[in-house]
Parts: sequence; structure tokens; C-alpha cells
Amino acid sequence: MKPAPFAYERPRDLDAALSMLAGSNGSAKIIAGGQSLGPMLNLRLVQPELIVDISGLAELKRAEVSGGELVLGALVTHADIEDGRTADVTRGAMRAVAANIAYRAVRNRGTIGGSLSHADPAADWISALAALGARVTLRSLAGARTLAIEAFIVGALESALHAGEIVEAVHVPARTASAHWGYAKSCRKTGEFAHAIGAVLVDPAAASARIVIGAIDTTPIVVTDAAELFGGRIAADYKQRFDARVADVLLAKAGIDDAAQRHIHISVLKRAVLEAAA
Amino acid sequence: MKENAELRNEREFPQRETGQGVGARLPRKEDDRLMRGRGLYVGDVRLAGLQDVAFVRSPLAHARIRGIDVPERYRGSVFTSADLVGIKPIRAVSGLPGFKISEQPVLATGKVRQVGELVAMCLAPTRAEAEDIAASVTLDLEDLPAIHDMLKAREPGSALVHEHWGDNVFLETNYEVDISAALDAPIKVTREISTARQCMSPLEGRGVVATFDPRLDQLTLHSAAQMPHITRSGLAECLGMEEGRIRVISPDVGGGFGHKGILLPEEVCLSWLTMRCGHPVRWLEDRREHLVASSNCREHHYRITVYADSDGTLRGIDCEATVDSGAYSSYPFSACLEAAQVASILPGPYKMPAYRCRTFSVATNKCPILPYRGVARTGVCFALELMLDLVAAEAGLEPGEVRLRNLVRPEQMPFDNITRKHFDSGDYPEAMRRALAAIDIDAIRARQEQGEADGRRIGVGVSIYCEQAAHGTSVYSGWGIPMVPGHEQASARLTPDGGLELRVGVHSHGQGMETTLAQVAHEILGVDVAKVRIILGDTAMTPYSTGTWGSRSMVMAGGAVAAACRELGERARRIGAKLLQHDPAAVVLQNGEVRGVNGSVSIQTIAHTWYRRPQDLPVDVDPGGLEVTQGYKPVRDSGTFSYAAHAAVVAVDSDLGEVEILDYVIVEDGGVLVNPLVVDGQIYGGLAQGIGTALYEEMPFDASGQPLATTLADYLLPGPTEVPAARLDHMETPSPYTQFGVKGIGEGGAIAPPAAIANAVNDALRPLGVELMQSPITPHRIVAAVLAARAAERSAA
Repeated sequence: MKPAPFAYERPRDLDAALSMLAGSNGSAKIIAGGQSLGPMLNLRLVQPELIVDISGLAELKRAEVSGGELVLGALVTHADIEDGRTADVTRGAMRAVAANIAYRAVRNRGTIGGSLSHADPAADWISALAALGARVTLRSLAGARTLAIEAFIVGALESALHAGEIVEAVHVPARTASAHWGYAKSCRKTGEFAHAIGAVLVDPAAASARIVIGAIDTTPIVVTDAAELFGGRIAADYKQRFDARVADVLLAKAGIDDAAQRHIHISVLKRAVLEAAA
Repeated sequence: MKENAELRNEREFPQRETGQGVGARLPRKEDDRLMRGRGLYVGDVRLAGLQDVAFVRSPLAHARIRGIDVPERYRGSVFTSADLVGIKPIRAVSGLPGFKISEQPVLATGKVRQVGELVAMCLAPTRAEAEDIAASVTLDLEDLPAIHDMLKAREPGSALVHEHWGDNVFLETNYEVDISAALDAPIKVTREISTARQCMSPLEGRGVVATFDPRLDQLTLHSAAQMPHITRSGLAECLGMEEGRIRVISPDVGGGFGHKGILLPEEVCLSWLTMRCGHPVRWLEDRREHLVASSNCREHHYRITVYADSDGTLRGIDCEATVDSGAYSSYPFSACLEAAQVASILPGPYKMPAYRCRTFSVATNKCPILPYRGVARTGVCFALELMLDLVAAEAGLEPGEVRLRNLVRPEQMPFDNITRKHFDSGDYPEAMRRALAAIDIDAIRARQEQGEADGRRIGVGVSIYCEQAAHGTSVYSGWGIPMVPGHEQASARLTPDGGLELRVGVHSHGQGMETTLAQVAHEILGVDVAKVRIILGDTAMTPYSTGTWGSRSMVMAGGAVAAACRELGERARRIGAKLLQHDPAAVVLQNGEVRGVNGSVSIQTIAHTWYRRPQDLPVDVDPGGLEVTQGYKPVRDSGTFSYAAHAAVVAVDSDLGEVEILDYVIVEDGGVLVNPLVVDGQIYGGLAQGIGTALYEEMPFDASGQPLATTLADYLLPGPTEVPAARLDHMETPSPYTQFGVKGIGEGGAIAPPAAIANAVNDALRPLGVELMQSPITPHRIVAAVLAARAAERSAA
């Protein structure tokens, strides 16, 4: 289990990194924390010609609140968020998610940008940030563009990143005072990838809800206007109005044929709803 | 316990007051080295000129090899079966009638019969470069139908793993005692039960460093192995070399569990390679190789019927058991040990008048199966103990009560059971009673009545087993496999400064024998444990031994160390008597000194005199000196029977299928414990593995025989948060047959947990009409069973 040969570069700034990526004709891989790419290299599941190590790029380590939203550089680690070293606009929601990502050793090195780029359907951030309504900024030599998380994740291990593009930052909108948050997942054992994730952001005052069903072997199911899951309207009694049958249809439409799997997903989502309403 | 003068064990503990002898809870001596990262494993062996090997392995489960294409630039670095002239395949034949022989080529010839089978060997200065070469080799394979389902493999017309057999059955066995007498029993329960295929997953995988010393004309093989002497015998057979020209060294070994008990094709390949290329070569198993290509274990299937009277008294068991033995018979245990053992141990610790068991060891296109800690017992205990819970339900009894009615009772010991196993001693019902009391079965029942605030369901489960250990010649000669244990030997030598060196042929890979064997020596000689050195794991330095397996080392090597030390003590005593100018009959060896009425002389002084001041010895001193080798066998070699009752309380989330172990109790009797602290460690470790079998570990295969759990993200092992803080209780019934009354306990911890946990989960879910008869019990299996039970209820309504 040793990687195939590759070239290695550790650029000093983002422009240099982008130039290297642009010059590689798509045969480069970016490494940051290496918590997913490391094993994949060793298993020879990926065999890039060039590894661009961005861990030295100070501009990707920034975390700041700007214009009412939190902007997290791609190199912010899960542990940075867990430990409260970054500002928070989600009233603890992100901190709680971060604290339950894999194991501490993974959280120490793993980065939010790396997790999103890797686009593992079972990872926490792609579901949690989609529910929070976050967006991601992608940069290449040609410039920058910003996508909603649910538009950025296009398949299992597949993102909207083009060759030469890098995740630069994540923009997380502030959670309003009236918005309830629930996040639940089921894992075979502590620290293992989840086999079901439910994320819920409900604002009964604004009659709005975003719901995510994640860890389904493909892109998470993101319902940005989730009234249908609550009998057609979002109100203070949304907990009682949660309609499992609608979730079941969504899961079946997403190609989950196995009834036990759907039951587990729905049960996890229900837990997230209950947590939000608690 | 029956008193029998002939079978009396020697239970004298003169050294107990020193706190270092038999029974002392000494911290392990080896931990100072191992816990500081100063152990030396095969991967730490550094030899000048060492190069690495990577193997080209079969990507298909069953295929004919049409060609192997090696790029021009790598010719000379890649070796195939065509290069291995004169190397014999690995043959592990059983003498049981009807056993069909498989030949495992060390590099595939003609066809491949499992994913991961070795096809070519690639040599390079580093492993990464060797893997580059391996990736450049192209195999031209003609896909053949693969058999991965052992039940289908038994059907006529199935594709054949070994064509010339005509079927896929390594061995069929039949055993019957009067089953017709049970057929009219009022309770008759029939089920299919199965256990998943597992990978043993020691922390350290296999590994080999081979080198050849022209001066000694000797091949030296460093191998992560449990049984170095057996490895040497097997190597000699495959390589066609004299055993004396081979030295096998097993340095520190990071867990064995049976995985390191076989002769590997890789060991043969690297032995050949170092002699061919003239420099040391190394192969270290990586985790993917371990999961995909190496030995597997545990895959059993049972069709079983239990007959009982309406009061729960067992009338008989009728069973057909199938074991998926994989593609080849492994050396030395063979492909049939697991299934054939099922037939002999299925009755467990219970008394019954009728029994029938038919077993099949089936060949499939999968890795060879190997005996894993507990060997067949974990599957057998799972099958039998799940069935007993069903009998309890039929009889309207508590599960514990059904066991108490059927367990062999202490006054019946020693007891010959229905398969002629000779239970040496113990109080099985007492272990069960203590477990039930400790888990507080009544409180759990009351709690179940109330229900849980969080909506989960509570369940309690018990299981009990007895485990034959250290069984010897009389048992293994019957299997007729390449390895039959005889007398175990140990060498004991006093050093000139009064230290003690012990050489034993078993190995320690987590068992703490550097401590426990020193305690045995201390018990006899009184030499401080800190001054006792245990030399293990080297065929050049230790007496021949079949090695460490079958929970035999404390009984066998412990007995041999005691015998050697006793003889050494006697020689020291006689020299001491001379130095004290006493009649030898008038002195005794006590606390490390020879004592007479006029004074005493220390072993240290005696040793110093023998080696450094022979002029002080009398002319008629025994010339044998202070170095002895002695052999040992228990007075009866049919095995010790340790046993344990396990009880588990679980909480089951029936919507998510999650199982949490809330409480776990183990009441264990391993006879006299040489070091209870080490025994506790053994039990905790076994429990962790048993929890893995119960809830996590499974190697699934797809229809083409591809193993699907290729990394530890897919093959789940329990971690610290999955293993509860179990409560242990020891009973100590000596074996009447062994030195000090010890019994083997190395495997027991891994035997009972799957049954206890499954019974607890089923107890929790029984009100929902759910019954799980398959390990591991995964969230998906639980939820699927809950949904199926709901659907059944709806259609019945």
C-alpha cells in the first residue's frame, strides 16, 4: 500500500498554487490535511502526477465575520471549529457538528475545504452546511465563482470543481434568533462514517425550513423549502406535523430501494427534527 | 472433586509469600519494552542489502491463467511459478477418512482459486518501487465461474474449485448417538443459524524477512509467527531442505489469534528468493492484503434442531453444520479442523442423551479459513446458546434456568460427555448462578416492565461454554494433521551470577509469558522474577514445540518450565549440600537458597562456584551442571476444560438498529491462575474480539467472489468506545491433571460474547416478534427484521 510516484509542490501563496494547478492539465491533486487523499494515494485509487500541498497558504486559514456571514478559509480545520478558535454565526451548530467528525486525530488535520472538495456523501459538512444555507467560493486563475453547497456537490466523490479550481472559502449565513437547528446521524461505531444523516434548520417565525437527508451514497437530498415535509406549512407545531411518508418518497426517488435503509434515514431525520424542536 | 491419588496434581506453593510466584498479580515484565515502543517486530529488522517484495495477486476469484506479461525493463525483478523449480506446493493433509487433498502452489500455476492468490513476486529496493513493478505486470486470465456460497458449493453441478475432486467437499463427518430416542420430545425447535466470515486483524500483520548465511549454510527466516518450529518443518518440506539448514526467528509479534499459526506461501517464496538473489528480502503484509488475501475465519452455517422435555431438560441435538473452508487446506491445521471440531464440541457444557451431527468442510473460491481464537467454539456457542433461549421460551422458563437444568454438575466431575470429551473439573452451574446474580436478572426484568424513557428496549442475555485446552497427543493423533503435540520441553540454565535463563518453544504474542513463565520458575527455584530471562521464538535457541495455539502454553510450557526448574533445583541442592558439607538428604531448596541445619548457601553462590570456582566443588559432583532440559505432559492429555458464564444487558434502538451494551459480566474458571492480572487482560481482549463478531466484523463477497470490505472503513473492528468495562469474577477449580492445577484460558473471552449479546438483543426485541440468528447483528439486520415482523403482524391481522 504505497502510492504511485508523483511530483510534489508546496506553494507559498494562492496565486502560485493556482498557476501550478493550471499548468498540470488536470493531473494534479490538492492536498491539505490529507485525511482522505492520503489513504486514497496509498491504495492507488488516485494516481496524480502532481500533488500541490496547500498547507502553507496563510490566506486560506482566515476566519472572519463579514457582512453578517462567517467566511471560513478552506484550510480551517474541524478542530479549529470544535475548539471555538473560529468565530461562529450559527449559535453553536457548527461547533457541535465539528466535534463529532471522525476522531480527534482526523479533526486536528482535516480541513473544511478538503472535506467539501472530497465530496464524500457520508461526510458531515456537505449535509450540515447545505442545511445551514452555506455557499462556497471557488477560485482559479480565471477568477472566482460562488455556489450553494447543494449545487457544489454533484455526486458521490464528485464536486463542481473544474480543473485548475480550488475551494477558497466557505460562507455561512448567520442563524437567526428564531431558527431552530437539529442535526443527527447514525454510525456503526464512534468516529465511523455515518450511514444516515439528518440536518434541519427550521424557522417557525419565518415559516421556513431547510432539510437535508445525507449519507445516501449520492448527493444529499436537500429540501430548501421543506413545507411539504410538515403537512404544507411551517409553524410552531412543526414537530407534530412532520410527515415521514414524504421523506420516504424523497428517499425512494433518490434510488434507495431498501426499506430498512429508508427507515433508518427517516428515523434519523426525525431525531434531527425532535432536536430542533426541543 | 473426586480424589484420585494417581491423578493428583502437585499443588504446593512454597513461594507464595514472596508475592512473585504462582497466583501473583504481577505487572508484565515485557510491557516496559512493548509499551515504550521498544519492541522489535519483523518490520523493525534491518539487514544490510535488504530489498522489498510486492506480490502480483489474482484480481479474480476463479480463473485460468493464460499468460503473465512482464515489461521488458522489469524482467529479472519479477518471478513466477515457472522460476520456482523444485519448490513443492503446500499440502496439509488430514488423516480423517475421506479427506480430499488440496495443493496450494506458493505461486499460482494453471489457475487461481481466490482473489489475492499469489501470482508473481516483484523485487525492488523499496516496497513502493516493488508495487510499481507489480502494477506493470499484466495478467491474461480466463474468468471461470466462482463459488462463494458454501451451501451452493455443496449442490451437485456446482462449479468446482478443485476439478479432480468431483465435488467441493474437503471432508464430510457424521457422528450419532441414538438420535431416535429424542424424536418424541414435546419441545422441538429448528432453526438456521450462521456466523459471518471474519478477518482476524491483529495489530501487526504477517511479515517476513529472509536471508541466507553462506558460512552457516543456513537460511534464516524472520517471521511474524506463532509456531516457529512448525513453520520450519513446513518450509523444509516445501523447499526440500534439511531442517538444520533453516532457522526461523519470530521476534516480538503483535498478536496472533491463529492468523500467525500457518505456513504462508509468502514465507516459502521469500525463502527461495533470498537464496536465488543472494541478499536479504522482506515482505510486510499490508492491511488490504490482510483483509482481501490472507486467512479468514469463523464462517459457519447450522441447520439445527434441539429436542427437550416440557420442563426444559435437553433430550438431544440434531445438526447439520457447514463451514466455508475456502480454497486451500492450510498448513498445519488443515481445512477440516474447524468443521470436524464442530461435531465434537456442539453439545457444549451440557448433558444430553441423544446427539447427531453431520459436518461439511466446503471448498469455495475464497481465502483459506483458519482457526481463530476460540476456533469452532465461537460459532458453536452462538448456535447452541441461541437455541437454548428458544427452548426456554417454549418451556416458559428463564434462559438461565434452562441452562441450570442441563449443565453438567460438579458432583459428576470428571465427566465424559456425549462426544467423549472428558471434562476435568469445575462447577458450571455455579458460574451461571453467579453471572445471573451479578447481572441482577430480577432487576432487569423489572426494568423491562417499566420501559425506557428514551424509547429503547432493554434485553438481557446469557451464554456459557467450556473450552478444551492444551489437548495433546491422544486428541491430535486422531485428526492426523501434520502437527501432533507430544511432550513440551523447556531448558533451564543458571548463569554464573545466579540469573536464570529459560528456553521454551512456544511463543508469546500478547500472552505475557515472559512474566508468567518467570513466575512458574520463581515458584520452584525462588529466583527473583526480575532475574529470569525467557527466550522464545527462535528455532536455534529453543526446544522443538508445536508452538502457541489451543490455549496450551501455560499448561504445557508452564509445566515444562516447572519440570526443568525442579530438576535444576535438585542439582543445585546437591551442590549446595556439598558446599554446606551436609548429607543431601538433610538440605532443602527454599526461597532461592539451599538450607541445612548449619546454615544456607544461595543459588547465586552455587552458580558462581559451579562456573567460576570449580576448584571448590567436590570431585564427585554431578557433571550435568546447572543446565537441564525436561519434558512435560499432563498426567492425562485429553485437555483442560476452562469455562465461563457471560451475561450482557443491552439497549436496542429498534428504529436505528443501534445496540449499546449497558452491562457485561463474566464469571470465569481457568483453574489455578498463574497471574490473575494477565488472565484479566486475556479476557478483556477476547471480549473485544467477541463483540466484534457479535456486532461489527464481516467480510462480505459479491456474486463473483470479490471480497467487499477492502479497508478498515468497510471492515469494522470494535474500538475502545464499543467495548464496555466488563465486570469479571474468577472461580478457581484446579485441574486434577496439570502442574499447579492450571487450565488454558487464552481463547475463552472470544467464545461467549456473540451468543450472550445476540440473546440479549433477541430478548429486547422478542415483544416485537423479532429473532436474529445471524452474526454480526448490524443496524440494517435489526431494522430489516423489525420491519419484516411488523409486516407479518399486519398480514396476520
